[in-house]
Amino acid sequence: MTISLLDRKTTLSIFDRMLMMRYFEEAVLRLYNERRFASHFHLYIGQEATGAAVLEALGDKDLICTTHRNHGHLIGRGSDPGQTIAEILGRSTGLNRGRGGTLHASDPSRGFLSTSAIVGGCAGLAAGAAFGIKTKRETNVAVGFFGDGALEEGLVIESFNIAALWKLPVIFVCENNSAGAIGPQQGGYPTAITATDSFTRLPAAYGIDCVKIDGTDIVAVYEATTEATRRCRTGQGPAFIEAFTVRWPGSSPLWPEPATVTDLNEAWDPTRIKGPHAAWVRDHDPLLRTARDIVAHGYASQDEVMARDKDARTRIEAGATFAIESPMALSETVYEHVFA
Amino acid sequence: MPDDRTITYRAAVLEALFNEMRRDPNVILIGEDVGAAGGVFKQTEGLYMEFGAERVIDTPISEAGAFGMTVGAAMTGQRPVFEVMFGDFITLVMDQLVNQAAKVNYMSAGQFSVPLVLRTAVGIGANLGPQHSQSLHAWIAHIPGLKVVLPATPADAKGLMTAAIRDDNPVIFLEDRMLYNMRGKVPLSEHFVSIGSAEVKRPGDDVSIIATSRMVRVALAAAELLADNNISAEVIDPRSLVPLDVDTLVASVKKTSRAVVVDGGYKQYGVTGEIAATIAEAAFDWLDAPVIRHGAANVPIPFSKSLESLVLPDAQKLAASVAELLRGSR
Repeated sequence: MTISLLDRKTTLSIFDRMLMMRYFEEAVLRLYNERRFASHFHLYIGQEATGAAVLEALGDKDLICTTHRNHGHLIGRGSDPGQTIAEILGRSTGLNRGRGGTLHASDPSRGFLSTSAIVGGCAGLAAGAAFGIKTKRETNVAVGFFGDGALEEGLVIESFNIAALWKLPVIFVCENNSAGAIGPQQGGYPTAITATDSFTRLPAAYGIDCVKIDGTDIVAVYEATTEATRRCRTGQGPAFIEAFTVRWPGSSPLWPEPATVTDLNEAWDPTRIKGPHAAWVRDHDPLLRTARDIVAHGYASQDEVMARDKDARTRIEAGATFAIESPMALSETVYEHVFA
Repeated sequence: MPDDRTITYRAAVLEALFNEMRRDPNVILIGEDVGAAGGVFKQTEGLYMEFGAERVIDTPISEAGAFGMTVGAAMTGQRPVFEVMFGDFITLVMDQLVNQAAKVNYMSAGQFSVPLVLRTAVGIGANLGPQHSQSLHAWIAHIPGLKVVLPATPADAKGLMTAAIRDDNPVIFLEDRMLYNMRGKVPLSEHFVSIGSAEVKRPGDDVSIIATSRMVRVALAAAELLADNNISAEVIDPRSLVPLDVDTLVASVKKTSRAVVVDGGYKQYGVTGEIAATIAEAAFDWLDAPVIRHGAANVPIPFSKSLESLVLPDAQKLAASVAELLRGSR
């Protein structure tokens, strides 16, 4: 078990982002089960350590392009939970006034360009954002998040070539969430349908700096991202990070298993963990792991961790209430914004 | 205008590019062989010399990746002109065009716009065969969020390119390669033609011929032939398909009571059908005859001259069909 080597402030900030991500997704799942919206959706549960630590390592002006599995990135970056849930519910108060929904929620005020639900689409946009940064001689970076499946798309490979040719300040973050799949996909690594036995060989072929890391380890993710941003900010980009992470069972609709409801007390009392995936929860849930590390490292007491837990739950619930009480997207706005 | 000179269509587009790149440092050109090579049709000649590799950017043969990058650049402050070498290759950027560029403004509720121009060369007639001759503009015009512009004259080419670059939306700018050497009067000074403004290219009373791009030239030639038979044809160029200047088209049809639509794209499910239906919806009571359509034949564009010449409308065929229409409805 890793003991956190990051400083206290950074560690707790990452942990707070993870808490918000987790309870946001549990709220989304509950709202779906309450039939408050009907849509495909893609939860970030199980991958929080990757997103939270990447986001922690970024600056305010950095730009982000993400995928259909975008909720965690938005919430982890500080997007308002109420406006984000409202977008998922199609409300007028949503981040995009109900035009994007779960698949396209974006928050320009926090550096998010479009969320692309076309697999791999974010790679081109992120390269473009990096092109803009380089052209303006700025020192911020662009980050493209995508899953392992995106490596099967030609656009992504083309984007690697272009980013490498022009030394664009872009960090490609591949959240390989097939690797530790449990449930029906267990043992199927890699579940991606590809002839390569290592994804990093693809960007590496273009000379892109690549690392493979444990995506449930906030230290590894934070350090890899910090190094990648340093390279990009000094004109040595692009960079590719493959973070091995795990998707929680219950990611509807293709993986219809019941999601476990988080109880952070399980971090220090594993006997409370029940259910078909108890072993995974005990050993791999990044939230429990990070909570344990924080206490073990003396960064906070169990009570202090639980106070943060409560605070995150409260903020998410306030957001859910705000969203539910908001009016649906207004019918008179349907034709607005087709053109600028 | 006092500063008109006669230049080619190719030079007119290029002049707009020079002017806009001088005017706005955010305007950049991205494409295959657009730099030192000056473009396969010499359509970007000299830009690289003046603006350098930072603003005239040669890409790998990766249309999807390069255009995806261009969309991201447009969302973050650049005003790119992206060149697709042949209109047929637009299929390679279709996902980035349809699912990203066209939708970003709407999906973000106006928080992001995509100010870019996608220019490409289309048109049957250069013996280029099935994969290098198509005019696929109907396919693009189907998608809400994209503007579609087809200049038919050198002056319109300059004025519409100026407007396209200054537009805050994705504008697809289709140049008929068979017009590149066409000469015409073009203002030397800044020239701006509003996107969405049709123009009556020849006034007439008996029939409205609505023609796009190179078909405007075909329609004007047909109008000459018809004049010899005492038929007065009005020729109207919509100049853009999206937005479409319905008012100007309908006003003409209400005057003439007959409409013929001519376009260089495939006839099936194409531009001619859309415009014919638009006229029928707006001016049915004024029509004395069915709206007739001419487009590219519904076959892959063949290579051989003897076959290729059969698939596109020409002035004789067009004039004959108009004369026939009038015989039946006068």
